[in-house]
Parts: sequence; C-alpha cells; structure tokens
Amino acid sequence: MAATDAHDPGGTERPSVSLIYNPALRRVLYQVVTLAIIIWAVYFAATNVIQNLARANMTAGFGFLNSRAGFDVAQALISYTPDDTFFRALQVGLVNTLVVSFWGIITATIVGLLVGIGRLSNNWLIARLCTAYVELFRNLPPLLVIFFWYLGVLALLPTARELFQTIKDNPDKIFFLSNRGFYMPAPIFGEGFSLVVYALIAGIVAAICFAIYGNRRQLATGQRPPVLLVNLALIILPPVLTFVALGMPLSFDYAIPGNFNMRGGMSVGPEFIALYLALSLYTASFIAEIVRGGIRGVSRGQTEAAFALGLRSSHAMRLVVLPQAMRIIIPPLTSQYLNLIKNSSLAVAVGYADLVAVGGTILNQSGRSIEIIAIWMLIYVSISLTTSLFMNWFNAKMALVER
Amino acid sequence: MVSADRTANNDKDKGSKMAKKILSTLIGAAVLGLGAQAASAGTLDDVKAKGFVQCGVNGSNLAGFGAQDSTGNWTGLDVDLCKGIAAAVFGDATKVKFTPLSAKDRFPALQSGEIDILARNTTWSASRDSQLGFDFRAINYYDGQGFMVRKDLGVNSALELNGASICVQSGTTTELNLADYFRANNIEFKPVVFEQQSEADAAYKAGRCDAYTTDASGLYSIRLKMDNPDDHVVLPEIISKEPLGPAVRGNDSKWFDVVSFTHYAMVTAEEFGITQANVEEMKKSENPDIKRFLGEEADSTIGADFGLPKDWAVQIIKAVGNYGEAFDRNVGEGSPLKIQRGLNALWNKGGLQYAPPIR
Amino acid sequence: MTDQTSSFVRHDFIAPAAPPTNDATAFGWMRRNLFATPVDATLTIIAALAILWYLPPAINWLFISAVWTGADRSVCTTVVAGGIQPEGWSGACWAYVGDRFVQFMFGSYPRDQLWRPLTVLVIAVALLIPLLMPKVPRKGLNAILLLVVMPIIAFFLLLGGSFGLRYVETSLWGGLMVTLILSFVGIVISFPFGILLALGRRSQMPIMKTVCVAFIELIRGVPLITVLFMASVLLPLFLTPGNNIDKFLRALIGVSIFASAYMAEVIRGGLQAIPKGQYEAADALGLNYFHKMTFIILPQAIKLVIPGIVNTFIGMFKDTSLVTIISMYDLLGIVKASFNDPTWGTPVTPLTGLVFAGFVFWIFCFGMSRYSLFIERRLDTGHKR
Repeated sequence: MAATDAHDPGGTERPSVSLIYNPALRRVLYQVVTLAIIIWAVYFAATNVIQNLARANMTAGFGFLNSRAGFDVAQALISYTPDDTFFRALQVGLVNTLVVSFWGIITATIVGLLVGIGRLSNNWLIARLCTAYVELFRNLPPLLVIFFWYLGVLALLPTARELFQTIKDNPDKIFFLSNRGFYMPAPIFGEGFSLVVYALIAGIVAAICFAIYGNRRQLATGQRPPVLLVNLALIILPPVLTFVALGMPLSFDYAIPGNFNMRGGMSVGPEFIALYLALSLYTASFIAEIVRGGIRGVSRGQTEAAFALGLRSSHAMRLVVLPQAMRIIIPPLTSQYLNLIKNSSLAVAVGYADLVAVGGTILNQSGRSIEIIAIWMLIYVSISLTTSLFMNWFNAKMALVER
Repeated sequence: MVSADRTANNDKDKGSKMAKKILSTLIGAAVLGLGAQAASAGTLDDVKAKGFVQCGVNGSNLAGFGAQDSTGNWTGLDVDLCKGIAAAVFGDATKVKFTPLSAKDRFPALQSGEIDILARNTTWSASRDSQLGFDFRAINYYDGQGFMVRKDLGVNSALELNGASICVQSGTTTELNLADYFRANNIEFKPVVFEQQSEADAAYKAGRCDAYTTDASGLYSIRLKMDNPDDHVVLPEIISKEPLGPAVRGNDSKWFDVVSFTHYAMVTAEEFGITQANVEEMKKSENPDIKRFLGEEADSTIGADFGLPKDWAVQIIKAVGNYGEAFDRNVGEGSPLKIQRGLNALWNKGGLQYAPPIR
Repeated sequence: MTDQTSSFVRHDFIAPAAPPTNDATAFGWMRRNLFATPVDATLTIIAALAILWYLPPAINWLFISAVWTGADRSVCTTVVAGGIQPEGWSGACWAYVGDRFVQFMFGSYPRDQLWRPLTVLVIAVALLIPLLMPKVPRKGLNAILLLVVMPIIAFFLLLGGSFGLRYVETSLWGGLMVTLILSFVGIVISFPFGILLALGRRSQMPIMKTVCVAFIELIRGVPLITVLFMASVLLPLFLTPGNNIDKFLRALIGVSIFASAYMAEVIRGGLQAIPKGQYEAADALGLNYFHKMTFIILPQAIKLVIPGIVNTFIGMFKDTSLVTIISMYDLLGIVKASFNDPTWGTPVTPLTGLVFAGFVFWIFCFGMSRYSLFIERRLDTGHKR
C-alpha cells in the first residue's frame, strides 16, 4: 500500500508488492470496471428494449413525429390544427411551457424581491406579514397549490351561466372572472396605430439618452437634472400626442355572452391562471428568502456608510445594498428559475397544454414512450443549460462591478 | 365465492411470492436484473409456468369494466374476461392478478411483457393493431363515443354544442374522434384535455366544461358519480365506433386464441342457454353441439388443441357465467349502470355478439 | 472658600430629561414599529386593512360557518342543491374530512389490519425522536436501527405475506402512509448513492467523474415528473421481457434516483467545505482512500450539511405529491380522488380537502425546517472557522 511505501524510505527491501497496489494502476482499473458496468448496463437495457419492442412488433425511431397528430390542443399560441404533425404539437407545448415560465419568473422575481425586502423592514406588521407569506408557501407542495387554485377556488367561481346572468344585471362590466377563465376586452388597432408605437419607441430611446446624459452631468458637476420627470414626459407624451393627433385609432372588442362561453375579447384560461399563480407564488417564497439572505449578507457598515453620506433609506437600498446583494443572490436565484421551469411540467395535472402534457398525449396516441421521454429530457436539459449559461454570463457581468 | 379461509391462504401464498418478487426485483434492479431469462416461445407457456394470468385493467375505477372496491376485489366486464381466461387455463378463476393501468401506461405495459393481456376497455383500431403490434379479435363490448351534458343547458343534440367547452381525456381515440367530428360538422368547440379520467370528471363536475365526451358506457358510469345523476343527460349522437376488446402482443397465436375463445365461449354459452347455474346439468344434454362445447364428447380435442383442459368452457362458465350474465351483472340491468344490451345483444337478437362455431 | 466661584462650573443641576416612558408604552412601540415614517404609516394602514378585509371571512369560512359533523353531502350543501344549508352558505366541510380521515391516512389498507402501519409508525417515531435530540447518546446504533432495521421490519409488516400476516398488495396502500414511505425510503436510499456520486464527482478519475457529473446534471436538469414517467413507463421496457415490477416500487425507484442526484450536490457542498488540511492530514497518517473518507472527511462533511440534508428531505416530502400524476394515491392523490365521490360531492369539498392536505403537508415541512434551523444554530457555535 501507499502507506508502506511512505514508511520505507530506503526501499531496498521493497516487498514484491503486487501490481494491484499500484495507485495509478488501481485508478485505471476502477475506471475500467465502472465503464464496463455502465456499458454492460446500457447493453443490457438496449437488448431488452429491442427484444421487448420486437415482441410487440415495434421499431424505435423519430420518424413518427412527421405523422398527423389528429388531436386538438386547447391553448395553442402558434397556429395549430389537428392536421399538423406531432412535431408541430410538441412545438405548441414547448411554447406554452416557455410562456408560463416567462410570466412566472417575472412575477416570482417581483413578488420575491418585495417580500424579501419586506421581511427585513422595520415595520413590524409588514415584516410579520411577509414572514407569514414565506413560511406558508415554502412549506406546501407546488402541486397542492396548483390544485388549490384549480379545484378549490375554481369550484367557487361563478359558472358560465351564472356569469351570463350577472352580465345581464350589470351590462357595463368589461372584465369578467368565471370558472372558464378571465375575460377582458381585446384591443383592435386602427389605421396608423403603428405610428403610436414608433413614437413610444422614440420616446424610450430619448429617455435612455437623457438618463445617460443625466448621469454624466451628475458625475461632472454634481448636479443631477430631474431625470425621472423628464423621462416620464419623454416616454408618455409622444405616444399620447400621436394617438390623439391620429384621432384615437383604437377600439376594443368586448367579451360578450355566447352560446356556452363568452365570445370575443381576450381570455386567459383557468388552467393557465392556476399554474401561473401557483408557480409564481411558490417560487416567490424561495426568492424572498434568497433576497433576504443576500441583503443580510451585505455588511451593516455599508448601509451605515450610505446613511452617513446622506442617502435616503430607499436610495441606500437601491444604490448601495442591492447591487452588492445581487452578487450573493444570483447563483441561488438561477436555480430557483430553473426549478420554476421544471415545475411548470406540473401543468399536466390541470390540463394546461405544456410540453409534458402534449408529449403525454403523443405518447398515448403513438405508443412511442422511449422517444417521447427522451425528447422531454433533452429539451428540459437544454433549457436548464441555456438558463445556467445565461445566468453565469449575467453573474460574471455583475461581478465585474466589484472594485 | 371462495371461503374466507381459502382467500387468506391464497393471499398469504400470493403475499410471500409477491414479497419475494419485490425483494428479488429490488436486488435485481440494483444490479440491473442478473440472471435474465430468455423470453420463452409463447405467453400461454409462460402463464402456465408462472401459475397465474397477469391482466391489465382500468386503473381509474371505471365502474362496470374495471373497478376495485375498498377491500381490493376487482369487478367488471373486463375483469370477468380475465377471470374467465384464468379459469380456462387453470380451472381456477382466482389465478389471475390485476395491474391497474392508466391510458398512458397501458400500451408500454403490454409491450414490455409486464402484463399478459390488456383488458382495459381498449378500442381496436387499425393503427393499434399495426403500429403498436398488438392483436385484437374478440370484442367484449361494442361501444361508441357520446356526449353528456347538464340538463339545464337545454341541449338536445351534439350538433347544438357550437362554442362549447368539452372535457376529454388525452391520448384516447375519443380525443381524435372529437376533433374529427366537430371539424366534419363545421362546429367550433374548446377542448379541455386531461391526463386522467378522474381529472376530467372533476373538471366537468366543477362546471369547467359544458359537455363531457367518452365512450357511451363510460358516460353512464361517470354520470353515476355525479352529485345528482338526474341533472345530467347523455345525448343521442354516437359519433364513432368503439369496439372494445382484449389485446395481446402480436405473433403469439396460441395465446391469442385462448384469449379470443374465452370470450367466444361466453357468447356461445349464452347462445346455448348455458348459465353458471345450469352448466352441470347441461353437461348431460343430448345436443351434440353443446356436448362438444362442454368437452363431454369422448374424442373432443378442442381444449387440447388450444393447449387447455378438456372442460375449459365449463370452467369459464362456472367462474363468470355466460356473456349475458356477465353483462347484466356488470353493466346491465343487474348493475347500477343499467345499460341496454343494444349492439351487444346476441347476433340472433339484433346485436353484434357473434361467436365462430366451436367445433 | 465658600465664595470661590468658577464661571465654567455649573452651579445647579440641569433639569432631568423626561423619562423615556413614552417609548415603553404600546403607543411608543407602535410609533417606532408601525408609524416611523409616512411611508411606513401608509403601508401599515394598507396591510391592516387587507388583514381586516380577508382574515374575518377566512376565519368564518374555516371555523364559524364550517360544518363539523354529518354523514353525507347534504350537511354541506345549500337547500337548492339538495342539502340543509341556507342559500348563500359557504364554509369548510370538516365533516367530510372526519368521515374520510382513515382513508386519507392509510388509503384502502384493510381496516382490520391498520395496527400494522400504526406499529411501524410507533417504531419509527420511537427511533426518530432520540436521533433528533442532540443530547441522547449512541447515535450510530440509533441511526442503523432507524435506517436499516426499521425499513426491513416495515417491509414485512406492511406488505405481509409471511409470518402469518395477511398479504396487503401495494395498490391498496395510500394516503399519508404512502407519502411518508416514499419520502423516507427515497432519502434512505439516496443517502449512500448521493455520497458515492458526490465522491465520484470530486474524484480525479476522468471517466468516473464524467459519469457522475453527467448523471447528476441530467437528473437535476429535468423535472421529477419526467423521471417518474421514465420509472413507471420505461423501466419495464429496459428490463428483461416478462418482468413485472410493482408500481409502488417503480415510483420508489424514480423518487430515489431523483433524490440521489440532489443529495449528491448537498454532500459535495460539505466535502468542499472541509479544509484541505484535513485531507492532507489523513494522507499524512497513511490512511487509504476508503479510510480517509469514512473516518475523517465524511463524518465532518455530513455533519456540516445536515441542514442541507433536511432541506432535501423537505423537498422530497413535497415532491412525493407528484406521484399523483402517475395515478398513485399519496395524501394529495387520495384527497383529490375523494372529490369524485358523490357521497361528499359539494362545491366546498375540494377546497376543504385541499386545505386539510395543505395543513398536513405544512405541519411536516414547517416542523422539519424549524429543526433544520435549530441544528444550523447548534452547528454554528461549534464550527466557526
């Protein structure tokens, strides 16, 4: 053994240690054994799969993705009909996954940030409320929260018929919530509305330029021009003026009672609402803890120094504490984002057509279980890796701020 | 009924086997199943060797087809078919084990050999026969897809469902028919798709959908689960053909024959008027067809040709009765579902149940 | 002497400052903690209004209007829907939870055999409590009893089929029992595998390392539900034809694979936190790799990451609810399944059932997280580097 070697400096009477005790050889041996086991396992699984499939007269392969899907998807954000292929259906599912994850991440971040800061607030009531929120949601399974919204709350909302009655009684309402979803007016853009959008973009560009100018000015002279006020004006005024000048080319398509459901307008299904609320509220409780940890990780001296410089508490938080806390926050935040994306697969439980739900349907319709599960894993791992890479890049960028 | 004592014994026996199996699988899974035995030639031999039939049934408690009561007993038309197969092979209807399956699990379960037969109200379709490589033949329930709505909607026909939200279970032929039917009739609808039947039930119950669609037999069963079944009505349209029958893996004609002819034996028994109660008497019948069927003819080789005991048909009838009895008990007048025989009446009574002559 | 004066010495006492009694009163406390600034005051008022707006109806729904006894749905439905409650009534239907309580705890486990899971529970609690109390000695023996002996006893007791016990197939198991078994077994199995994976990931051997990294990252990169689908749908395809793995076992395998990958990362954190000196000291003592790890590194590393392990356990406990999706009846699954039962079919049933399930999950998770905090604090004192 290595030990005997160490105690035997002379090494003259080195016992004829068998090669098996040679550390280098051992390492190779271990790895060869591991590799052999893995290869055998893969071979074992593969032969069984082939045998099993052969018994069932099936073949493996991804060719089936080009056959006609035949089923309908309720919430298709990209054009889709039953005549499209399985592949297209999967794309619909992927888009849905990304959409709910996107909104979930944005909401969870905002709520999490507010609650996390709130927990550290000097205001007793706010701090307690935020603590209660975090402790409540952190300790519940996300699936239960989804069911809570979908089965628990949905069952208590008005049915379509009850809603129709309400509308008859109050014809002026334009927003409706029923167990079929949330309905709101859909904007119809008239001629020339694009000009308003251009004006808005121009306003935003001007505002950014002015902000940069403001910062330079502040660095150079110590005086800060009223950036906020000017920027608000720059962003709001041009589109509003254009809009009025064009004669308000915007009307709304209001949701009205149809045969069974509301017709027209824009609607968000209860499946999306339940999933979105559950994902964002659940993840927000974790983000709040991360934010709190990050802020507490910034030494108290930083805050005191900021106060000593005469910064207001909100400025001290925004300009001194948060930028430093971000560096502590970002790595765990990344994993929370990834968790949210992965948790969006719970959509299958409420029938929101995400990647897993659509994949599951295809699995049932085509019987291609291996292929579908492989596709799922591939896509989720790719999303995870991409998000990690992006957040690493962002993290590196943030870290550069350090002086 | 088996006596309590026997049940206990049987359970114990099953239990220790099961415990051993779980232990061995645990160990096996750890080392990825050492001692792999090669798949033998046919399922019938496998079944005889292991001593029981492994039958895949509906795991979502579909009353009338495959449902488990609180004590773990299985009942239903599909369950009875499996019991009949066990009776035919072993002369003992208890030598069957049930695997509850969801719509998603069912085909992989049959493909992997986890189950010997899939009797889970599964529709026979060309693609399942060809692409999935299964074999279907006997149809133990001729069904069709229908719609159920709340009475107070005042809907009398599926064609009035324009703009309605319709609850449907994903991955079923139902889902495909729904899309086709509404497109063909130029009606718009909003599918609300669920992975599991129970989820679709709950959503329909909560008023998430205006209509529920599945096989008509399923609709009757689900209607019973509603708070007030009389508030719901099944619409007259049947939009598809749903021949439900047992499936086995392809290229296994011996086992395929046993499965198919178990059902045909039940139908034949009804045709001859042989029931669970009178089967012993009927053995003495002078009618050569009946004698041949019940294995009373001296040189009868029908059972042996199938690889079954001579009295296989007798055993089936003793275990589960003839087709009519099984139908009544599970889905017909003798059950809460109270479904009419309709298409499932015998061929000579205006239905489609027709067995090839057993001779 | 008496007339000597100094202009810079005060002759008289300054008036005493007002005692800070103000701040000690409730009013003072409120001023400091609730109304310190205008913004604070606004926030406080908004929060207070929100609480006043939502809390009384919630309490009313949960307790005051709630129905506590009854035999079927009629006690929890309004007259119009065929019940006894007045129009517009809404409240929790605890009678339904009471009626279904045994089912929620044990699923369809035969009612005359309930002593078996209860015995397992008693043994588990009896072994768990001393293990959790830092002062009780013989942790090693205790851990072996809980993590090795107890599962074996539980296996034979719950499944039966030997020692004269009736066989109870796993499809009859359900409720909280299944939730606890899945998470417990998941954690017990994932522990050794997690250690091996963590060691593999930190090993110098390229193949070993690649394999472990790939496994960990793959499993951590996908949702649990896909792993569960893989275990429930694909596992039979991967094994020899004709195999028949119990469904429960498949879920266990899926959960364990998933837990192992997460556990590996927690333990890796512990391994990385051990100062290099410890490794070098072990090497200097001439210990081989196995001894170095089991006697020097792992005991310290695992102690360091106990909070992380408890957190993983909390995660596992919550994640087991996903087996609902592969149609198994854990606590959440069985509560959800009961919504379809016409005996208790009312509009308030789902919410009541979910509040109950949520309460049970919450109690367990909250308890565990408090314990994790407690351990963290204890470890903190001894481990300041």
